[in-house]
Amino acid sequence: MKAPLSWIREHVDLPADLTTEQITDRLTALGLKLEAIESPGSEITGPLVVGRVLTQEPEPQKNGKTINWCTVDVGDANGTGEPQGIVCGAHNFGAGDLVVVVLPGGVLPGGFAISARKTYGHVSAGMICSAAELGISDDHDGIIVLPEGAGAPGDDARPLLGLDEEIIEFEINPDRAYALSIRGLAREAALGFDAPFRDPAARDVPAADDAGHPVVIDDPDGCPLFVARTVSGFDPTAPTPDWMVQRIVAAGMRPISLAVDVTNYVMLELGRPIHGYDADKVAGALRVRRAAAGERLTTLDGTERTLHPEDLVVCDDTGAIGLGGVMGGESTEISSSTTRVLVEAAHWDATSMFRTGKRQRISSEAGKRNERGVDPAITEAAADRVVELLVAHGGATAEPGVTVVGSVPARAAIEIDVDLPARVSGIAVDDATTVRHLEAVGCAVEVIGPRLRAVPPTWRPDLEDPFDLVEEVVRVVGYDQVPSVLPTPNAGRGLTRPQRLRRRIGRTLAAAGCVEVVSFPFVGDAALDALGLPADDARRATVPLANPMSSEEPGFTTTLLPGVLRQAGRNLSRGQAGVALFETGSVVVSSGPVKAPIYGVDRRPSEAELDALLAAVPAQPLHLAAVLAGEREPAGWWGPARTAGWSDALAIVRRLADELSVAVDIRPAALAPWHPGRCAEIVAVGGASPVVLGHAGELHPRVCAAHGLPARSAALELDLDALIAATPDVPPAPRFSTFPVAKEDVALVVADATPVADVEAALREGAGPLLESVRLFDVYRGEQIGAGRRSLAFALRFRAPDRTLTDEETTAARTAAVALAAERTGAEQRA
Amino acid sequence: MSGPNTEYDPVEVTPLQAAEVEAARDAALAAIAAAADLEQLKAVRLEHAGDRSALALANREIGALPPQARKEAGQRVGQARGAVNQALAARQAVLEVEHEERMLAEETVDVTLPTDRVPAGARHPLTTGAELIADIFVAMGWEIAEGPVMEAEWLNFDALNLGPDHPARTMQDTFWVAPADSGVVLRTQTSPVQARSMLTRTPPIYVACPGRVFRTDEYDATHSPVFHQVEGLAIDEGLTMAHLKGTLDHLVSSLFGEGISTRFRPSYFPFTEPSAEMDMVCFVCSGSTLDAEGTGPCRTCRGEGWIELGGCGVVNPRVLVACGVDPERYTGFAFGFGIDRMLMFRSGIDDLRAFWEGDVRFTTAFGSEL
Repeated sequence: MKAPLSWIREHVDLPADLTTEQITDRLTALGLKLEAIESPGSEITGPLVVGRVLTQEPEPQKNGKTINWCTVDVGDANGTGEPQGIVCGAHNFGAGDLVVVVLPGGVLPGGFAISARKTYGHVSAGMICSAAELGISDDHDGIIVLPEGAGAPGDDARPLLGLDEEIIEFEINPDRAYALSIRGLAREAALGFDAPFRDPAARDVPAADDAGHPVVIDDPDGCPLFVARTVSGFDPTAPTPDWMVQRIVAAGMRPISLAVDVTNYVMLELGRPIHGYDADKVAGALRVRRAAAGERLTTLDGTERTLHPEDLVVCDDTGAIGLGGVMGGESTEISSSTTRVLVEAAHWDATSMFRTGKRQRISSEAGKRNERGVDPAITEAAADRVVELLVAHGGATAEPGVTVVGSVPARAAIEIDVDLPARVSGIAVDDATTVRHLEAVGCAVEVIGPRLRAVPPTWRPDLEDPFDLVEEVVRVVGYDQVPSVLPTPNAGRGLTRPQRLRRRIGRTLAAAGCVEVVSFPFVGDAALDALGLPADDARRATVPLANPMSSEEPGFTTTLLPGVLRQAGRNLSRGQAGVALFETGSVVVSSGPVKAPIYGVDRRPSEAELDALLAAVPAQPLHLAAVLAGEREPAGWWGPARTAGWSDALAIVRRLADELSVAVDIRPAALAPWHPGRCAEIVAVGGASPVVLGHAGELHPRVCAAHGLPARSAALELDLDALIAATPDVPPAPRFSTFPVAKEDVALVVADATPVADVEAALREGAGPLLESVRLFDVYRGEQIGAGRRSLAFALRFRAPDRTLTDEETTAARTAAVALAAERTGAEQRA
Repeated sequence: MSGPNTEYDPVEVTPLQAAEVEAARDAALAAIAAAADLEQLKAVRLEHAGDRSALALANREIGALPPQARKEAGQRVGQARGAVNQALAARQAVLEVEHEERMLAEETVDVTLPTDRVPAGARHPLTTGAELIADIFVAMGWEIAEGPVMEAEWLNFDALNLGPDHPARTMQDTFWVAPADSGVVLRTQTSPVQARSMLTRTPPIYVACPGRVFRTDEYDATHSPVFHQVEGLAIDEGLTMAHLKGTLDHLVSSLFGEGISTRFRPSYFPFTEPSAEMDMVCFVCSGSTLDAEGTGPCRTCRGEGWIELGGCGVVNPRVLVACGVDPERYTGFAFGFGIDRMLMFRSGIDDLRAFWEGDVRFTTAFGSEL
């Protein structure tokens, strides 16, 4: 809400010495948020005065233009009292007119300095100004001609133009709709400074009768009150008075024509949107009803709309002629030939207004007020005020009839404990203060023992609940009075285990040289295609958004890989030789259409309802993805650079599993976007049944290329929820022997296709309980071994818990290990 | 075993003559002193103190002397051998030190060589920032609650007193899961975690909920469709706005330093009543509104002296009812603010998009600060 301060001050007796800042600070403390203080004339410096055009001589120029050589009386403002010679290009004025002149030495908005200069064969000493040049409006049509009697030559023109005004703009919260008016702002200022308030809506209105334009309300819930007045003999060419234009412009609206400007002016002044019809175009009685399904209406903005059965319409005998409270219709629009104006001031159901505005995508000043709630008690006053202004400025005559159909809805009282404001705010507010402040905001208050009954004022539809009254009391007392007291909750239990482990996972990745990134979790076919996911891949099943940011990325992501791969590509394109990134975040794989219930809010949902609700929300496992691309280790004095590859991804997986004490199996797998021969499935094996945690390995060459990543780039993606679930609650302490270790090395020749993990598992099982560890320390290929085969060298360590092992025992265990490996994997011991 | 060589004339046993012993001793001492390194000293030791050295031989002769002569000869040879061994040990020690010094000198490396073989990793400031905030709450005895980002509409809106026609729903432009009447949204705020906490815990409840939220904002230097919030909720008997202010004062002074406090301005949120906007004293100018030179307006708060933090208030009893908390017995307070925005202020980040671009130069720069 924008308003000139002078307009507000008209309705509240604020001390003259209050500064604008003091006023806005106080209003902010009461709950109106200051957006800006504008002073439109502040950019204009130097002499800006009233001038009377004495002579005006048109002089055609060679370039085809005609300029006017004028002499202008500017009184003593130029220091000489002599007429000022000024060249002017505009033609919408003549000798004898009062105009606005900026004299040499003046500066106009944009730093445009005025000086006497030679032009078109004259010395032009100043400028006759247009509204656009003064920054008042966008109107370039011509220079400003002041009404006769507005001032005398030489007078400062600023006050006449509203340029000495300060315009304050507040952001109005949805609960303070009453502040979308001068009336409401003045009332708040009166409250803030305990100053007398003069209600602009307080006026004697003529009594209702049956002589006015007939009105029928079919839907009193949607429209509880409808006031109609008519003026005739209206002069459609009558200009809007300058002061009204200035105020409308200052409030951020556009002046259109007197009839429209008057309705807008009254809306700004009182907060009640008004609609004016061309009375001669209205056929028969006005009727308020809900629209018929499929009913059509062309609104003032020229849009033909299909109406919804919930939309409220105003009709005449021809059908719908307006969307009640939202926008009028084209067929009865006031035009340049309108001489009878039918004025509608009606009270509308706020919810209907909101729904219609949303459905029809109409956002208007009227709709903004009607959907938040307008004071129903001023409906007649608002109509009367419009009639008054049309009569005063449009030469119209008020027709005698006054139609009032319906009534002001009654307000229910709110009951609270008198000390509730003190109890909720923590401020020591005594009962008398509570009563005084509630009365100051307009409530009718009655105290009955420890209880208080307050009937909220008609302009405060937002006051419904006990705590609403608390806020009113506290904001008047002042939010700055709230003391600071640290609560002392019961002892907490610290972070949960998953919370702690997630931190640890992040630190582990960072310690491994990976940098964390965050990505928008939106995905589309392009990104999934770039991963090479087959059509039936589960990760293609994204949950679609109804209103995605981009139609290219219409779904919530099922995998974090697109994000990390894209960011890796960006880092490389910005000159990094290598990059290791990771991200953790939720993913959602669709398991069918999503449909969650909506319950009432007057009670807690039952356990069954709550279960149904929580179950309807798709599962959103937390994932971890990482990518390693380009140099993993840079070239240095230690040797050449080492490029990231499949083993780097698996090294991270193993490190993570070790950090969390999760036993994992690494198994060959083939899954996009990984290289089918260099992809591993990670399986947690410590629990009752194995759980696939995710995959790691080298990316498919086509995936690397699609993301601008070098060949051999590696990636991993794990389900962190599953990983964390696989961690042992309390890892048991290890028990280890201090007897001497017995070491045995074996070299086993196996086919290339035989996984090391299988050989190792067989050795482990075959060696039995004396085996302490087994570690692969060399892989050898060569002629002696034969093509398609490799020799695996394992170091076995044996130890018993209670004795030093004999050579025989060690050899027996080793032999058993090799035998089982041979049986399971065909391994041959190398000579 | 033979008896003493009583026939032997000690005077005639040359090696035992004083001059000989002294000469052997002196020769040994000279050789020891002359040994330049441990190798040479080893040779000297063999020659002058070994089994076949002159003094060793002389020592062996002592037994052949008549008893009356043994003492003197023994003393002479013993003293000489003692002197030699002492000199050997001393020289050994000296040479060992010299040797060690030489070895260490030879092993000198250029420690200024780069050793960044595996480049540093880093966690994201949004992660560590959220943890920092969480830790402050945990230290107050609060717990950290979580909820899903894809959330039931009822929990995101209705339960928080944002009914289907509430004007505030248009204030938060929401991503809806298709179809538009699915009843599921990408949560527009961390507040549904409040609702979940009340529905699943028993008061007293003190929880903070950091997390990712979504709104259909354009993506630019100060807006993002995806951002991060932390929400606080306390439900207990006798809680007031004063406890809310005390909690926030503690939070901002923990994050920004002693003396940084908050102020409230009346505002409107459907889920709180009374509602407030919270500002905190500008941690750069400490509220003075001036820049470091004291000449211009503070650039962090633009000369306001205050920085907008977020919204807060007393939990609306309607929310308590919908979430199964007895509004006659309990009151609560709640607050929420943007983590991204707070970090931008705290670390002087000009463009929100820096969080999302993933440039490792940005992320690694935060190091251990957070």
